[in-house]
Amino acid sequence: MDDKELQNRFQAQVDAEIKIEPKDWMPDAYRKTLIRQMSQHAHSEIVGMLPEGNWVTRAPTLKRKAILLAKIQDEGGHGLYLYSAAETLGISREEMIEALHSGKAKYSSVFNYPTLNWADIGAIGWLVDGAAIMNQVALMRTSYGPYSRGMVRICKEESFHQRQGFDILYTLSRGSAEQKAMAQDALNRWWWPSIMMFGPHDSESTHSSQSMKWKIKRKSNDELRQDFIDATVPQAEVLGLSLPDPELKWNEERQHYDFGEINWEEFWSVVKGNGPCNRERLAARRKAYDEGAWVREAASAYAKKKKEQTIAG
Amino acid sequence: MSTNQDWPLWEVFIAAKRGLSHKHVGSLHAADSEMALENARDVYTRRKEGESLWVVQSKYIFASNPEENDAFFEPAKNKVYRHPTFYELPDEVKKM
Repeated sequence: MDDKELQNRFQAQVDAEIKIEPKDWMPDAYRKTLIRQMSQHAHSEIVGMLPEGNWVTRAPTLKRKAILLAKIQDEGGHGLYLYSAAETLGISREEMIEALHSGKAKYSSVFNYPTLNWADIGAIGWLVDGAAIMNQVALMRTSYGPYSRGMVRICKEESFHQRQGFDILYTLSRGSAEQKAMAQDALNRWWWPSIMMFGPHDSESTHSSQSMKWKIKRKSNDELRQDFIDATVPQAEVLGLSLPDPELKWNEERQHYDFGEINWEEFWSVVKGNGPCNRERLAARRKAYDEGAWVREAASAYAKKKKEQTIAG
Repeated sequence: MSTNQDWPLWEVFIAAKRGLSHKHVGSLHAADSEMALENARDVYTRRKEGESLWVVQSKYIFASNPEENDAFFEPAKNKVYRHPTFYELPDEVKKM
């Protein structure tokens, strides 16, 4: 079959909702797009552990601490599912880690904002994980089999993350005036970065239309953002906290919430590496990797020694 | 810089309960089988997903080629008589 026929057959398979599997023929650009998106997704899980790690030792109770640890452990696991799925496309784990550490690969910009107080952990769980879930639920139907299966597993595990965040804010918002103010402050700082997570407007998004055609993406950035806002506003009302957008209001005609324009200058500045914590996050990643080198070496040496003993025995 | 480049890839299989078959759930890198089992436990059974784990080095798994599916699975295609629904039972037979 020539390239054109292969392309047509591939698109027909995608159109018929038949999953693409690692050994199937696929266009190079499809493979490249997936490697970029899946590795970024994996990096986001891994870097996403850092802002929360900041509060493990200072969680207000032992219960909160145990829950936060479990959530962070999940994120490490989710990174692994995604790295493994990306490896089926022919890229190695080392290449992906190297691309992250050199700054060549991106991760979700939201993790370049600092976690200033305990309420931020609540805001991250409720909003950042909430936004991630909105995106990931749509991606369960993505056309690439290993990615789709990874998403199913992640979504199953992740809804506890959002609930624990909401639970933290719910508790604070029913506490002292000071505690409620803390929750409001966290919400004020995390709302806009959260809705930025869905990326640029569809009209500005470079990869969107081809990704939709290949069914890598199943819902557009703007659709997902609207879904998230519609789902979140009523929850904020339950918390008794306000969202920092004066233009946010229900539109009866559209049956959706209207909302204000994102500060795109800030968005692109953080994407380009100039957010409050970009350098700190990458430095922390590299440090963890370098300081773990001896553990990896020791495990390799131990495995080698055991193998030799087995052969000798 | 040290990497885990020499760590092989392992495929992970879980049996949800004793008596059920093991099902593929994913893969991971590990230096040896012991580490692969421990990592598989940490990564794939955090919520009591199973009571038994298998790990197999990926290089020992041989897969059929999807390009050749038509020819490869052809023998099963025209043998509907292998299914019980192929046979019409006389009404007098109430149960079989």
